[in-house]
Amino acid sequence: MLKALQIEPEKCTGCLQCEMACSYRAEGVFNPAKSRIKIFTFHEEGRFVPYTCTQCTEAWCMHACPVEAIVYNEATGSKDVLADKCVGCKVCTIACPFGTVNYDQDSGVVYKCDLCQGDPECSKACPTEAITYVDADHTGLDRMRAHAAKSAGLDAQQH
Amino acid sequence: MAWTQKVLRINLTDGSIKQEPLNMEWARDYLGQRGLATKYLTEEIDPKCDPLGPDNKFIMTTGPLTGTMSSTGGRYSVVTKSPLTGCVACSNSGGFLGAEMKAAGWDMIIFEGKSPQPVYLYLENEKAELLPADEIMGTSVWAADEWIHKKHQDPLIRVATIGRAAEKGNLYAGVINDLHRAAGRSGVGTVMASKNLKAVAIRGTRGVGNIKDPARFMQAVSDGKKVLHDNAVTGQGLPKYGTQVLMNVINEVGAMPTRNMREVQFEGASNISGEAMHEPRESDGKPNLVTNAGCFGCTIACGRISTIDQGHFSVENKPEYWDASGGLEYEAAWALGSDTGIDDLDALTYVQFLCNEDGIDPITYGATLAAAMEMYEMGAIDKETTGGIELRFGNAEALCRVTELTCRGEGFGIDMGLGSRRLCEKYGHPELSMTVKGQEFPAYDPRGVQGMGLGYATSNRGACHLRGYTVASEIMGIPEKTDPLTTDGKPELVKAFQDMTAAVDSSGLCVFTTFAWTLEDIAPQIDAACEGDWSPDKLLEVGERIWNLERDFNIAAGMTAKDDTLPKRLLKDAAKTGPATGRVNDLDQMLPKYYEVRGWTADGVPTSETRKRFGLKALSA
Ligand code: SF4
Ligand code: SF4
Repeated sequence: MLKALQIEPEKCTGCLQCEMACSYRAEGVFNPAKSRIKIFTFHEEGRFVPYTCTQCTEAWCMHACPVEAIVYNEATGSKDVLADKCVGCKVCTIACPFGTVNYDQDSGVVYKCDLCQGDPECSKACPTEAITYVDADHTGLDRMRAHAAKSAGLDAQQH
Repeated sequence: MAWTQKVLRINLTDGSIKQEPLNMEWARDYLGQRGLATKYLTEEIDPKCDPLGPDNKFIMTTGPLTGTMSSTGGRYSVVTKSPLTGCVACSNSGGFLGAEMKAAGWDMIIFEGKSPQPVYLYLENEKAELLPADEIMGTSVWAADEWIHKKHQDPLIRVATIGRAAEKGNLYAGVINDLHRAAGRSGVGTVMASKNLKAVAIRGTRGVGNIKDPARFMQAVSDGKKVLHDNAVTGQGLPKYGTQVLMNVINEVGAMPTRNMREVQFEGASNISGEAMHEPRESDGKPNLVTNAGCFGCTIACGRISTIDQGHFSVENKPEYWDASGGLEYEAAWALGSDTGIDDLDALTYVQFLCNEDGIDPITYGATLAAAMEMYEMGAIDKETTGGIELRFGNAEALCRVTELTCRGEGFGIDMGLGSRRLCEKYGHPELSMTVKGQEFPAYDPRGVQGMGLGYATSNRGACHLRGYTVASEIMGIPEKTDPLTTDGKPELVKAFQDMTAAVDSSGLCVFTTFAWTLEDIAPQIDAACEGDWSPDKLLEVGERIWNLERDFNIAAGMTAKDDTLPKRLLKDAAKTGPATGRVNDLDQMLPKYYEVRGWTADGVPTSETRKRFGLKALSA
C-alpha cells in the first residue's frame, strides 16, 4: 500500500515546524528557505496553507527531464531527483504545473519532496496534524466523513 | 554551537557597516538575547545618556535557539535605554523576523549614532545596506511593510518597522515586525525613530546549523514538544483562547485592574474574553476569531487572528480594516477594555489593529487613557484639551477617536503619547499614574496577587508581568500553588521567577513555554545545541547574573530604592470586591526580605560579595 501526504490547511497555524524538519533532514540545517514543503500565509483571510509535491503518477517533471535524473521510487511512489545526474537545466521546474520542483543556486541542481523515503519528517513535526501520512487511496476519507456527518445532520466533531 | 558568532555593527552617523565576532566569553556568562545584549549595552553606553540622543544604542538580538526547531525558538529582543523609564529596556517579540535574522547569519545587530537622513537597513545574508527611507517616513507600519516588499519585489522578506507614533515622539512606541508582532514595551520604537532608522528588512537563506549534538538536540526538541502538547494550558487553553484564556479567570480572583485601578473586577469582562471571541456575532454570524496562529517554530500557537464586524461604527466605510489581522491578546484586552471600562469587543479589536498599524504599546496606551479619563471625570482635563472628545470611562467612541489621534501623533494624541506619568504630572495629578519607574502596570492587580506587587516594584524595566510571572504560581498553581493573598515566601518566589525568566529571555524561546516547561525541559535543549554545560542550575545562575547587571545599569542611571515602590492607590486603597476585599498590596512586608535574598544592601544595591559572585563590577554611578 502506498501512502501519501494528506494536507488539511484549516488545521495549520503557520508555525513552520514542517519546513524546519524538512530542511534539516535534506540539508542538515534549519532553513525554511530550503524546505520542500512550503507554508503560504494569506494574511487578509487569516489562512495558512501548506503546499508540496503531490507525486503525480504521470509526473510532468519526470517526463520532461532530458537526462532521466528524476526517477520513480517504487517503494514510496515518490518521484526522486538523482542529484548526481541532474544537470540543472530546470526544464522540470517549467514542466511542473504546481511549482513544487525548484532549482537551488547553491548546489546547481533541482530539489523536490521525496517523502523522506517513506517516513516524512514534516508530518512527524507538525503539532496540529495538518500534515498526515495516510493510505494514498484515501486521502479524502476524513473530509468525506465530515460531509457525510453533515448531510446526516450530525455534529462531525463528535463522530 | 547554535550562535552564529557574528555581530553586525552599524554606525548610523557615518553609515559604516562592520562585521565582528561575538564575544564568546560573554556568551558563556549571559547566553544570548536579553542577557548578552544587556552586557553589550552596559559596556558600550553611559547609563546616564539621553535615551533619545545619539549616544544611546539600539540592539536587535537573537538567542542561541532562535531559528532552530526548538518549539517557540523564533524570538528576538530589542535592547536599549528606555525613554519612558530611563531604565534598561528589553522588549521581546515573536513572529518570524528573529529567525530570519538568525538564518541570515547574525546573532546581533548593533545600531549606533544617528543617521543624518531617514534610512532603513536591507539585510540579505552577508549583504547589508542602508537605503533611503524618505518615501516611507510619515507612513504607518503596514504601509512601510508593503512598500518595502514591493520595492524589493520579494514577498519573503521579513520586516520590522516603526509607525507614525514613534516618528512623532510618542514615548511608548514599539517596533512591529511581521505586521502585528511587537517588541512593544518601554518605547524601544521611539529610540529607533530617534536614530532616523525607519525599518529593518531581512532575507536570510543560510539557515541555522552548527548544533553541538544534533541527535540529542532533536530528541530534546521532540520531548519538549510533547510536554507542551500534553499540558492543559499550552496544549489546549492557549491554542483555543490565546492569552485571553485569562480574562474571566483573573476577573474572578479579583485581580482585574478596572477604571484606572480604582476597582479590581470588571462587570463587562466576559464580553471581551477569549470565550467571547469565539461567539458568532449577530450581523454576519461569524465569530471575532478567524484562527489561531503560531510564531516561528511555535507548537503552542496562542496568536489571535481576528476580524471586526464590518457594520461596527469603528470601521463603517473603512474597508481597509475589514480584513483579518492580529487580534486581541489578554494584555491589550484588559488595558484597552477593563481599565477604560469599555466592553465593546469590536471597538477593542479595532483599537488593537490601530496599535499594530502604527506601533504603540497597548498596555501603556490603555492605562494612560484610563488615567486621562479619570482626570477628565474629575475636571482636571477639559473638552478644550481633548479637542471636544467626551473622555469618560465606558465611552467606546472616545476610545477609538483618541487612539486614532495617538497613533498618528495629532491633537490630544500628542499629550497621550507622553505616557501616564508625564501626562498626570502635566495636569496636576501625579498620584493617578498607575506606574512603576514610569511604566504602566499590566493586567494583574497586586492587591489580589501579592507577589506580583513585589515583582512590579522591583522589575528592572518598570511595571511588567514578563519579568517574573508569579501569577503562574499564585493563581494557576504552576509549578506549585501559593496563596495569592499572602506575602509569606513571596520574596523568594519573585526572585526565582525573575531569574528563571531572565534565562529564558536569553535563549531564543518564548516565556509562555514556562506554563508547561521548567528549566529541566529547557536546559537539555540549550545544552545539546550550545558549547558548554547548560544545566538548570547554570541557567539560574545566568539569570541571576543578568538580573544584577540590569539592576546595576539602573542604579548607574540614577534609580534608587525609592523607585522600588507602587502607587499609593495600591498601597492604601483597599480592594472593594472579590476575594481580595479589604486588602492592599503589602509591599513593605516583602521588600526588605527581597533585598536580603537578592544579596543586596538595605538600600537595594548589590553588595560587593554579590557582584563578585557574578563577576560584576559597579558601573559608574
Ligand atoms: S514536482 Fe510537480 S510534476 Fe513532479 S511529481 Fe511533483 S507535482 Fe508532479
Ligand atoms: S508544521 Fe503543521 S501547523 Fe506548522 S506550518 Fe507546517 S503544516 Fe502548518
